[in-house]
Amino acid sequence: MASAMACVLFLQGCAGWQSALDPKGPAASELAWLIWFFTGLCAAVWVLVMIALAAPLVLRSRQRTEPLVLDAGADDRKFRVVVAALGVTALILIGLTLLSFFANRTLAAIGSDAALTIRVTGHQWWWEVRYENAQPNRILTTANEIHIPAGEPVRLIVTSTDVIHSFWIPSLAGKLDLIPGHMNVLDIEANKPGIYRGQCAEFCGAQHANMGTFIVAEPRPKFDAWLNEQLQPAAAPTSGEAKAGGDLFVKRPCVMCHRIGGTRAGGTVAPDLTHIASRQTLAAGTLTMSRGNLAAWIADPQGIKPGAHMPVVSLNGDELNAIVAYLEGLR
Amino acid sequence: MKPGLAMLLCASLVLAACQREERDTRPQSSLGSGEQPTPVTTLEPGGGRPSPSDNKAAGFEANAFHLSEGKRLFGWFNCSGCHSNGGGGMGPALMDEKWVYGSSMESIHATIRDGRPNGMPAFRDKIPDDQIWELAAFVRSLSGKAPSSAAPSRNDDMMVHPSENRLPDAATLGKSP
Repeated sequence: MASAMACVLFLQGCAGWQSALDPKGPAASELAWLIWFFTGLCAAVWVLVMIALAAPLVLRSRQRTEPLVLDAGADDRKFRVVVAALGVTALILIGLTLLSFFANRTLAAIGSDAALTIRVTGHQWWWEVRYENAQPNRILTTANEIHIPAGEPVRLIVTSTDVIHSFWIPSLAGKLDLIPGHMNVLDIEANKPGIYRGQCAEFCGAQHANMGTFIVAEPRPKFDAWLNEQLQPAAAPTSGEAKAGGDLFVKRPCVMCHRIGGTRAGGTVAPDLTHIASRQTLAAGTLTMSRGNLAAWIADPQGIKPGAHMPVVSLNGDELNAIVAYLEGLR
Repeated sequence: MKPGLAMLLCASLVLAACQREERDTRPQSSLGSGEQPTPVTTLEPGGGRPSPSDNKAAGFEANAFHLSEGKRLFGWFNCSGCHSNGGGGMGPALMDEKWVYGSSMESIHATIRDGRPNGMPAFRDKIPDDQIWELAAFVRSLSGKAPSSAAPSRNDDMMVHPSENRLPDAATLGKSP
């Protein structure tokens, strides 16, 4: 009873926004069904084998009393049992192979008519997300948070600029490697609106564990509205402090790496900050978005993600507050 | 050899690997870029600019972490736009033995921080001081002035010359003098 309770409690941890056992898309459902079937069948085989091994121990007392008497049929019976076991094993292996093959075909067919293509580039330790469009002025680059229309297949083209990363949204699809100089294709689809968490699934350096991402699936109209909003240049600062922050941003080292659309900041080696305040998290899923966390991150990025490529920039208190006030307004 | 002695030797060899180069990723934020005096004139060809020795230089010039970070920043900040991967173009080559303003860490740091006549922009306030030191250390490694055990290795993408830790010293072209 206690162990059953423990088991239920344990399985509770499998639900939620980052679990391959709680599928929210066709690819993940296919994989979840496959793993449950594999596990179930293998468990059944294991139980049968255990029973077959235990049976002679239990039944030994009822064996013949005289062990030295020859039993002419025994060898023949044993031969037939082994052949039957081999046959069943072969059948099970072939069956599972075929199941896996057809599941792969289903996965491959998901995105064949995807209307939306997103390029995901892995960096140490954040995700660059670029929404492709036939019109160059509608190509959008953002970071760490991927918005997709719910109920529609989306094609992801994944690559990396430094080391091998792995893109994994357990609730939606299997993992796929991001390899420098090579493009991999992953098709995903979310059945219904929701937020699903992802994680880099290949050790990529000191902050590998702090390389998270979020998939935000929204109904199509809401997604289109989001995309149009993100394509706008950054909001003009309203308060005097925010305005001073905007000026500081282009005067200080921030401008060397970050881009803010509509300003002179045009760096492309770090996350695009044009609409940073509209994202849920900072530093690739490490901190929730808030004024305090923004200030903490800018003041000491190396204390939060040691080894990250954002250096400690020397700012006094007023400068820090001004820059935070400016970034906070970039919705 | 006795097995006990062999085991002791193996253990000490394994433990030797525990010694790790220190990575100072969190500099004192109070240390700005104002440690060196601002030059009075800008026109001083031949390395005449006062460049007092800076005790920060030693911590950067042979540190593998700082050298590789310098290499990353060299690409990120488009130094190649003028210096073309160190081979030189609009700006002077960095991988030969010629140093217009001297090859010391302090001099290269001053070049990046304050700029030089004829095109080198000043990156004062645009690059944090420690990152300027990293860039200076990497620039020195381009001409073989960093120990090959610390100089950056293979590029992540295609490169026009061998990795910095395989480049010969520009002054001797790899031959003994």
